[in-house]
Amino acid sequence: MSESDVVSGIEIRPMSERPKSVGRSWHLPADFFFHKAAVFAAFLVAGVLFATIIAIAFDSRTSIHAFGIWKFLKSSEWNPVTQTFGAFPFIIGTLVSSAIAMVLGVPISFGVAVFIAEIAPVWIKRPVAAAIELLAAIPSIVYGLWGLLIFAPVFARAEPWINDKLGAIPGIGLLFQGPPMGIGMLTAGIVLAIMVLPYMSSIMRDVFLVVPSSLRESAYAMGATTWEVAWNIILPYTRTAVIGGIFLGLGRALGETMAVTFVIGNSNTLSSSFLMPGATIPSVLANEFTEATTKLYVSSLIYLGLILIAVTLIVRFLAVLLIRRLGRREGAAA
Amino acid sequence: MKSLRLTAILLALSLVGLAASAQSTLTGAGSTWVYPLVAKWAAAYQQNNGVEVNYQSIGSGGGIAQIKAGTVAFGASDMPLKPEDLSSAGLIQFPTAVAGEDLVYNLPGIQPEQLVLSGSLVADIYLGKVKKWNDPEIAKLNSGLNLPDMDITVVHRSDGSGTTFTFCDYLSKVSPEWKDKVGANTSVSWPAGVGGKGNEGVASYVQRIPGSIGYVEYAYILESHLSDARMINRDGKIVSPSLKGFQDAAAHVDFTKAQDFYVILTDHTGPDTWPISGCTWQILRKNAPKEMNLAVMKFFDWGFEHGQDMARSISFGPLPENTVAAIKSYWKKELGYSL
Repeated sequence: MSESDVVSGIEIRPMSERPKSVGRSWHLPADFFFHKAAVFAAFLVAGVLFATIIAIAFDSRTSIHAFGIWKFLKSSEWNPVTQTFGAFPFIIGTLVSSAIAMVLGVPISFGVAVFIAEIAPVWIKRPVAAAIELLAAIPSIVYGLWGLLIFAPVFARAEPWINDKLGAIPGIGLLFQGPPMGIGMLTAGIVLAIMVLPYMSSIMRDVFLVVPSSLRESAYAMGATTWEVAWNIILPYTRTAVIGGIFLGLGRALGETMAVTFVIGNSNTLSSSFLMPGATIPSVLANEFTEATTKLYVSSLIYLGLILIAVTLIVRFLAVLLIRRLGRREGAAA
Repeated sequence: MKSLRLTAILLALSLVGLAASAQSTLTGAGSTWVYPLVAKWAAAYQQNNGVEVNYQSIGSGGGIAQIKAGTVAFGASDMPLKPEDLSSAGLIQFPTAVAGEDLVYNLPGIQPEQLVLSGSLVADIYLGKVKKWNDPEIAKLNSGLNLPDMDITVVHRSDGSGTTFTFCDYLSKVSPEWKDKVGANTSVSWPAGVGGKGNEGVASYVQRIPGSIGYVEYAYILESHLSDARMINRDGKIVSPSLKGFQDAAAHVDFTKAQDFYVILTDHTGPDTWPISGCTWQILRKNAPKEMNLAVMKFFDWGFEHGQDMARSISFGPLPENTVAAIKSYWKKELGYSL
């Protein structure tokens, strides 16, 4: 075999030595081991997930036995003194803070991605994309400190305005009333939105860039505006990937711990206002695990973890359902 | 993680009797509050005696759990264990040093140590019953002060903490309603307010929210220059927090008469006694190897003997002398051997 037959580490074999079929061919030992390794890796991940769920469920048994499922879910009492535990305020807090993050983060991510993929001149694309990706590299504790020390005081100054303007609206005004502390559910939602933004916008940008330029060019040729191209051509073409990106962001928002603990205010009582303090399941775990002395207390905290897994799976399931329905409706319309 | 594994290995070695050699490591874990003191003592002790003390500040609850599991030589807790819990788990405990905590506030126009509060008033504020700074109850104690017409924002710890236990224990003693509705523990179900993580979390909320009030450790107040309140103690005297006030609380409870030193330093008599005083206990296992317990005893005995100036320098009050003597005879009585 001459030296030129070796291209970048891969041996070019004569035709007769190559595997006959393209699919599953274990003629070479390397292929055999690669196949096994890939299968092992795939099952390992699934196995770890199931093992985790089983271990957590097992460690929550004391609490499940004491409070049951329904009672634990709907009870608002979390009292380490009387050893009565209920998860309701934390489930709501987790869902509400993540929802705020999504409402703020998804449109901004979409805007960023469209800007980079469609609008920005080349010289500005790279710096903006790099800046967005840098956001993802910042550890969450830094977001927490930034939120507490820099964002919260500034936001506190905006809160009287929110009180006056949004709080005065009948009905939804209830959501925007409270003392101007700068910390609370809304602050947590905003910090979360910033944290999930790089994940969502990077994925959206990457998939927007792979839309065939022929599609784009035909739309522009027919007189479509940039908005119409983004909304009617690019987004439908990349929908699954965009949704995947949003899920990644949502998953991070639901599970984010330290940043939320710093800025949410950590109150176990439910409030009707976004400006008031609240708590999420991860923040309660971060706060109370080290000092949980009794078996029932520890078990209840682990039970909260189990519920967080369930909440994440349910939210994901509902979102998939929603997308299917949207897809069907679109199919019917077309 | 690495140091934890190392600790575990060293501990395993000590269990097979290798700890008898002069160069050894002593491991402890627990209270974050006592960490600065143990760390200071440990550094000096290593220089003088060549024994390394490795203390992990993982929280009092963690300290209790670790000593029960036998993974450390001593556990530290700011909340003493009840004598019956100690004996059922085969543990003993003794106090280390006293300290205190105070309320800090952020009130425009009002200087440090100007505000005077009583225990029952603090309980009503933390219960959410007294909502405004110009409430007649507050005005009654502070006739000279121009109290603003401002909402009170209550700040408490969000994480479990011995500081919270001491604070709530005090409120339970001075307010039947507090005892009834909230009680005392390292974490409680707070009726009102916002929670900050750690002393620094509470301090930063108080600094940032006008009209807020929170409780933090005394050493932390000195460091962060927050405005702290004076309190009316059990004798009806208005006192400022001080090392002497914490030591007076310890002197008035008489540790020597209590079973397993189970006394809590809040709300005691004495004209200078600071009402929200606290203490940290060290917990040992009775059936731990004799060498290990002896090493712990030697370390703390050295601390009681030589470490008191170090304690004072970081706002920890030394224990009264008769208490130290009582600890030594307690060791002998409970463990069957002494230094």
